[in-house]
Formats: sequence, structure tokens, C-alpha cells
Amino acid sequence: MDRRISFPATIDHLPKAIEWVLSCARESGLGDRQLKDIHFAVEEAVVNIINYAYKDSEGDFDIVCASHDDGRFTIEISDTGIPFNILSVPPPNMNADVTERTIGGLGVHLIKSLMDEVNYRYEGNRNILLLTVLPSSFADSL
Amino acid sequence: MKILSQKQGHMVKVSISGKMDAVTAPDFESALSGIIAQGELKLLIDLSGLEYISSAGLRAILVVAKELRGKEGEMLFVGLQDRVQDVFRISGFYSIFRIFLTEDEILKQI
Repeated sequence: MDRRISFPATIDHLPKAIEWVLSCARESGLGDRQLKDIHFAVEEAVVNIINYAYKDSEGDFDIVCASHDDGRFTIEISDTGIPFNILSVPPPNMNADVTERTIGGLGVHLIKSLMDEVNYRYEGNRNILLLTVLPSSFADSL
Repeated sequence: MKILSQKQGHMVKVSISGKMDAVTAPDFESALSGIIAQGELKLLIDLSGLEYISSAGLRAILVVAKELRGKEGEMLFVGLQDRVQDVFRISGFYSIFRIFLTEDEILKQI
């Protein structure tokens, strides 16, 4: 199964985008735990696109959901905004106290923590973020 | 998201319910800044009604915590649901905040 959709990159389209991905994930048989992780990761990724990729412009983002023969479920989110590899964001300084703790980097850190794999590539003017949920983690939810 | 605040002894209890995300986090920041501006520096944040928090919500909490720390105030947290607990743990919030299971536990410890 492979499904594709496009949304304008504005905050009011975020809930529809999340619901669309969750419906794909449900059809692919993912459990409640994975649905929550996916909800979180997609929200973070799309908010990044709205706030950073299109910070000085307007545009769309595309989502492709696919469940693969080997059991993987992938979500590819792409945009034509400012090239930006979110994987290059340094992790938050977790051991610092409130005063020294940096404000940024939490969203990317959470995406990396909640998804089994996160890949980024820049191709044909597009930022392409690929989120993968592995079948082993489906089993945890059964 | 709903925010209710209530004076409780020397603390102000702020109860947050609903979703704290990119859309609602600015409301949290301005509500808390308003409370701090009134001179309230000890805040008990009750998250038992909070179903979801995204990184925008976490950032808002950090911003308020930094403001409070600058004034020698403190935020305590109570009543985190499982999912919010996970997010707090992954983000390292358990090492920077005092987080309690119940309000009774707070009374015993402070």
C-alpha cells in the first residue's frame, strides 16, 4: 500500500495531516502505542516545515505513507522550502540545569527517540524526511 | 487547552487540560507570565488533565522555568499522564524539575 497527499504548509492543516497519516497507520495494523508515536513525530516534522522551511514563504508539503512487504511502515514528508537537514540539529544538553538548558532541539530529539529510523535527504529541490516504524515494534503493542 | 489557576497557601496551582502544542503553547506562556508578574513565584502545575504535549509545549515550559529561576521561583509538576511522562523523560525534564505523582506526596516533601 502506498498513499500520497499534499497539504498547504499552515498550522490549520496540521490536524488533517496527522489524521490522514494515522488512518494509513491504522489500516496497516499498527497499535495504539505506535499511533501515538507517529502522531507526535508527524506533528513535530510538520511544525518544523511550517516554522523553518517556509518561514519566509508559503508552500505545500507532501506525505507518502507506505506499508512494505517486510512489515515496515514508512512516512515520507517532503517540502520545497529552505534546505535543512533536521538530523544536523544537536541534541539538547540533557544534563544542564534550567538556567543553562537550551530551548531548541527538543522536537528533533523526540522524533529520533520515538521513531525506529529517521533519514533525511535533499533531492530535486526537496527536503525529504523519511520516518520508519519497524515491524518488531508493532509486536510490542499486541 | 484550558488553564485554571487557584491560590493554594503559598503556592498557585495551575491546572492545564487538553493539548499543549504549537497552537496552544503561546497561551500557556502568556498565562504563566501573567501569574509570575503578579509576584507569584511558587507554581504547582497540575497536568492530570493534559492529554498531549509536543515540543512547542516543552519549550514554553522551559521558557517559563527560566523566567522563574531568574526570580528565584520554582515550578513543581504533578499528575502527569503516561504519555506526558514519556515525553518528559525523553526530554530530560525529570532531571531539571521536581515532579510528583500526587499532591499528597508534595505535602510530605516540601
